[in-house]
Amino acid sequence: MSSSQKSNVLPGFGLSLGFTIFYLSLVVLIPLSAVFIKTATLSWAEFWETVTTPRVIQSYKLSFGASALSALINGLFGFIVSWVLVRYRFPGKKIIDAIVDLPFALPTAVAGIALTAVYSKNGWIGSLIEPLGIKVAFTRLGVLLALTFIGLPFVVRTIQPVLEDLEIEFEEAAASLGASRWQTIRKIIFPAVFPALLTGVAMSFARALGEYGSVVFISGNMPMKTEITPLLIITKLEQYDTAGATAIAVVMLVSSFSLLLLINLLQAWRARR
Amino acid sequence: MAGTISHFHKPPERKQISVGEPRAVRWLLIAIALLFLGLVLVVPLVAVFTEALRKGWVAYGQALIEPDALSAIRLTLIAASIAVPLNLIFGLSASWAITKFQFRGKNLLLTLIDLPFAVSPVISGLIYVLMFGMQGWLGPWLQEHDIKIVFAVPGIVLATLFVTFPFVARELIPLMQAQGSDEEESAIVLGASGWQTFRKVTLPNIKWGLLYGIILCNARAMGEFGAVSVVSGHIRGLTNTMPLHVEILYNEYNFVAAFAVASLLALLALLTLVLKNIVEWQTNRNLHSEPLIEPPENRP
Repeated sequence: MSSSQKSNVLPGFGLSLGFTIFYLSLVVLIPLSAVFIKTATLSWAEFWETVTTPRVIQSYKLSFGASALSALINGLFGFIVSWVLVRYRFPGKKIIDAIVDLPFALPTAVAGIALTAVYSKNGWIGSLIEPLGIKVAFTRLGVLLALTFIGLPFVVRTIQPVLEDLEIEFEEAAASLGASRWQTIRKIIFPAVFPALLTGVAMSFARALGEYGSVVFISGNMPMKTEITPLLIITKLEQYDTAGATAIAVVMLVSSFSLLLLINLLQAWRARR
Repeated sequence: MAGTISHFHKPPERKQISVGEPRAVRWLLIAIALLFLGLVLVVPLVAVFTEALRKGWVAYGQALIEPDALSAIRLTLIAASIAVPLNLIFGLSASWAITKFQFRGKNLLLTLIDLPFAVSPVISGLIYVLMFGMQGWLGPWLQEHDIKIVFAVPGIVLATLFVTFPFVARELIPLMQAQGSDEEESAIVLGASGWQTFRKVTLPNIKWGLLYGIILCNARAMGEFGAVSVVSGHIRGLTNTMPLHVEILYNEYNFVAAFAVASLLALLALLTLVLKNIVEWQTNRNLHSEPLIEPPENRP
């Protein structure tokens, strides 16, 4: 990590840093500050009332709940997927490995209509599971599915490099000392992977919290039932309630920034270990 | 001699079972992983193409050459062709400043560059409505001078610029950090100008990472939905990008056309994944060929 030493030889410090800060301010910082300044035009009581109406509260419950659940599902299956990709050999593995990144590359709107088509009543999978009483499209389960889709690569791509770097000698030593495979996994592999798993789950949660494109198609957008918070911001904007939209946006931004801070702390913790 | 001895006293073969799961468990885990990926990723991807071709190739083609679809494709290309180069210049400049120099507040700067990743796409659009919309800061002034930003093309470009802001910088910073700045310093000491050093030393070293950053940035620029949706105003033929056009067609129950346009975006996504793997393969090859060029002990 001693790569970036102090150097006086290289030119362009003033220019590159100056342009970086100028462009960052123009594109990111000034527009983002607009949200907080706009909210400041509301009194505290007005702000509080806007962000705690029952419909908004219901949307928080769905957004935070479904995001957390999808992150946990991705934690479990993402771990299995990375394990299988790193440790086992099977036909088509390279393609499977590549396809994990699909949610990074596929536009969210496309993901949304595709998931809806597959999981609705007449869809390939929907037509199989709806007779069993499992409705996915236009229910909360659909929201969960869409959020799981977009969050998966965060977990896999965070765990995978850690699993690849894991020294197999430790496992051999544990096995030769008489540990069962399950003990080795629990006591040696899992603790080594856990920080990465936690980071991946937190990233997947943060991504899911703000997600809009894939969810709006599959959720049906019923107020109090399947309405996520980002959609509520758009609804308020369409009703020309800019102040209301901004107040809810502040709540979302504060949550996202706290998560970003948490993820940074997690990564600092991982770097120290 | 030693060879012959060890031939007779061959050490026991390392037992595979000692560090692996039983065969049944192995295949069960593979099956779970494949089933999960299949249900969540593969089936929906295949569905995009089958739904698009449900009424045959003619209907598919017609959906794509329809004037509104063409203008959506054009607008998407315009937005990406402005946002990607600007964020490329930013990415190069930011990674040069951050990896080649020491200064206070570097960690803060890194966090700020990541901010757009943490912001919901909807809010990324909202911020430009707050600045340039009718009730926004500059709204009255813009109206006086008859300049339209929100619900027009400039708003779409700005929103795209915001959501794709970190991609190139994020890809380059770790790469340039790992490479250090010894090579650049030697070039300067040997009399090369700063610009020459950047072009002849830095750029060749980072080209694959740079390419990957551009690919990701472009994929997001062309596929962005939420942010663009807020600032677009959804005027058919004027302020609709491809993802927005997909939404309009879908909401009109024109599923074949919606999936036809969506299939173009899905093809772009697949192309992105293929390019990503080529880039990774190239990077690995460069990494493995390195010891042939320089002695291994010089490697970081």
